[in-house]
Amino acid sequence: MNLSRRTFFKVATVVGATGLAGGRLEAAPQRMAGAAQRSMLVDTTRCIGCRSCEVACAEANVLPDPALEAPIEVRRVTDPEAFTVVNAYQPRGADGPRFVKTQCNHCVEPGCASACPVRALEKTASGPVVYHEDRCIGCRYCMLACPFEIPKYEYHKAVPYVRKCEFCADRQAKGLAPACASVCPSGALQVGTRAELIEEARRRIYQNDGRYVPHIYGEHEVGGTSWLYLSDVPFEDIGLRTDLGVRGFAELTQASLAAVPLVMMLWPPFLMALYTFSRRRETTAAAPAGEEASHG
Amino acid sequence: MGDTLTRSTDVRPWLSQKLFMGLPPGAYVRSLVTPGNILAALILAVGVPILIYRFVYGLGAVTNLSQTTPWGLWIGFDMLAGIALAAGGYTIASAVYIFGLKEYRPIVRPAVLTGFLGYLFAVIALLADLGQPWRIPYPIVYSAGPTSVMFEVGWCVFLYTTVLFIEFTPALFEWLGLRTLRRYAVQLTLSATVFGVVLSTLHQSSLGALFLMTPTKLHPLWYSSFIPLYFFISSIAAGLSMVILETALAHRLFRDQLDPSRHVDIDALILGLAKAASVVLFTYIFVQLQGLADGGDWALLLTAYGGWYVFEVGGLAAVPCFLFAHAARTASAPLARIAAALTVLGIILNRLNVSVVAMNWNASERYVPSWMEIVVSVTIVTMGLLTYRWIVSRMPVLREHPDYADAH
Repeated sequence: MNLSRRTFFKVATVVGATGLAGGRLEAAPQRMAGAAQRSMLVDTTRCIGCRSCEVACAEANVLPDPALEAPIEVRRVTDPEAFTVVNAYQPRGADGPRFVKTQCNHCVEPGCASACPVRALEKTASGPVVYHEDRCIGCRYCMLACPFEIPKYEYHKAVPYVRKCEFCADRQAKGLAPACASVCPSGALQVGTRAELIEEARRRIYQNDGRYVPHIYGEHEVGGTSWLYLSDVPFEDIGLRTDLGVRGFAELTQASLAAVPLVMMLWPPFLMALYTFSRRRETTAAAPAGEEASHG
Repeated sequence: MGDTLTRSTDVRPWLSQKLFMGLPPGAYVRSLVTPGNILAALILAVGVPILIYRFVYGLGAVTNLSQTTPWGLWIGFDMLAGIALAAGGYTIASAVYIFGLKEYRPIVRPAVLTGFLGYLFAVIALLADLGQPWRIPYPIVYSAGPTSVMFEVGWCVFLYTTVLFIEFTPALFEWLGLRTLRRYAVQLTLSATVFGVVLSTLHQSSLGALFLMTPTKLHPLWYSSFIPLYFFISSIAAGLSMVILETALAHRLFRDQLDPSRHVDIDALILGLAKAASVVLFTYIFVQLQGLADGGDWALLLTAYGGWYVFEVGGLAAVPCFLFAHAARTASAPLARIAAALTVLGIILNRLNVSVVAMNWNASERYVPSWMEIVVSVTIVTMGLLTYRWIVSRMPVLREHPDYADAH
């Protein structure tokens, strides 16, 4: 291993700082967004594209069998009857295809839940973003508000609902792993708390000498997600958008909503003041002689 | 049914006078056969079955909406543009009742009526667009989502439609001859107007704030943290322009409604509104430029989307701004009407650009509305126009009720 002194100091500083940060993490767990939330680490270098996760997901959610006969090279997206899909990507200069599983990323500050006018989508304290179909009015604002385009709509039903991965919240509540992770044969999917998995992802990056892109996709993207991705090729080459920013989507409308009480408090007195002025102007203009007479 | 009609001697003349314009039912029905009504009937004959089809077979059977494009023409045109164009209600009501610009009193009622019908039919269009419209009261009565801008919009539109209805009730009660109720309704005018301005400020801007959630999907020339301000200011311009067009059109189409003894100088009112619209549009353009500078988007102006943006903000906001000012200076009401028409087109285009054209601009899939979506939009506008005409030809909206003249 070719380690220059400069690199040594760099690594030592980073590791030391991480250690310090980890120490403070104990004292103030809020420092990492959603540290205790159930999360999933997807190591795309380990995925073999067997699509067992798709089959298990369909079974657990009572969905039709996934279209396994379709070649994996044909790009697919999730739909109301397939909450997860695995796609093959051929990154430039890579030795072979990379397989990437797509599903809801269960954001720490989900745009969908913040956008929902009836709290049909809800970020649970334990991590999963779940859907209460008894509340949904079908405005589809969640679909617009999701940067990953995950909520899907049943356009061809007379009584339609939004459908998406719920991170097997019911299975996890019973202590079971999500269906997809429970069948993954290659170790590409690992369940844990968000803090544990970020630790684990960092360990893999540090201990595998340049094998991974030194970035955990989902650690900071859109304020952090519960699903985290590792890759050995640039993330944009495997279909993950890298232009989403690090701001939580739930924050985007906060300032605007904060203005509501201000407008409600300040407008009425201001408008009544204007009204009073206009009334005064009117009375003084209408009856100047009478005014003078009464004062005289 | 026939029994009740013959038993009460009052009902038949009442029906005849209130509903059939004083004509016998047969003659009234015959009087409806006009070219305009035949066209409207044809539109409804196509549009209403499409609406039924949509509710039986789902949105997908009628619309071109997709998983990447959840909002289309019905939200962009019927809802966003519709609500902006219905802003004349609060604009004119506040001018007359709060700022004391009494000379605009003759156009308050038509403006409030247009506002009310605009909101009513925007909500009807929303019922067509919602996946489960029978749950439309849910945000208010079942499960509140206070972190959502949509929740705020829902409350405001619900409350403001009620306020507009209350503001319109004096005309309704005059028509029905309910003097006591009318007096109570008139007493509510000032508070209803103030409440209306508060609610309009909130939801006109919040309709723009809805799109704050789409930083990665909406083209940067249209996405801005100023978007609530764009929507609010442009709604004032839209409201003023709609009132100008409506005043000009209504006084031409409903000439029989106008009492020649109470002559109102319509052109003078239009020019006053034109002056206001010019100032508002100038503010709007200024804020748009600030948004451009804030986003650092100048280079994008040279792209194809940039050209489209320049057409929208330059051609259909800056040009009418200048035309309004010129119309006011040269006292040219026809020019003011042209500027108003351009502004209305500009606001419709802006709402469609934000919600449809510049949305998902970087996605491979493009949304184009289906013919059925367009027909449904046209149907809903037609229903609104028919309702407007039905009310205006019966209730004291454009004219004053003789019993209540000068009773304001």
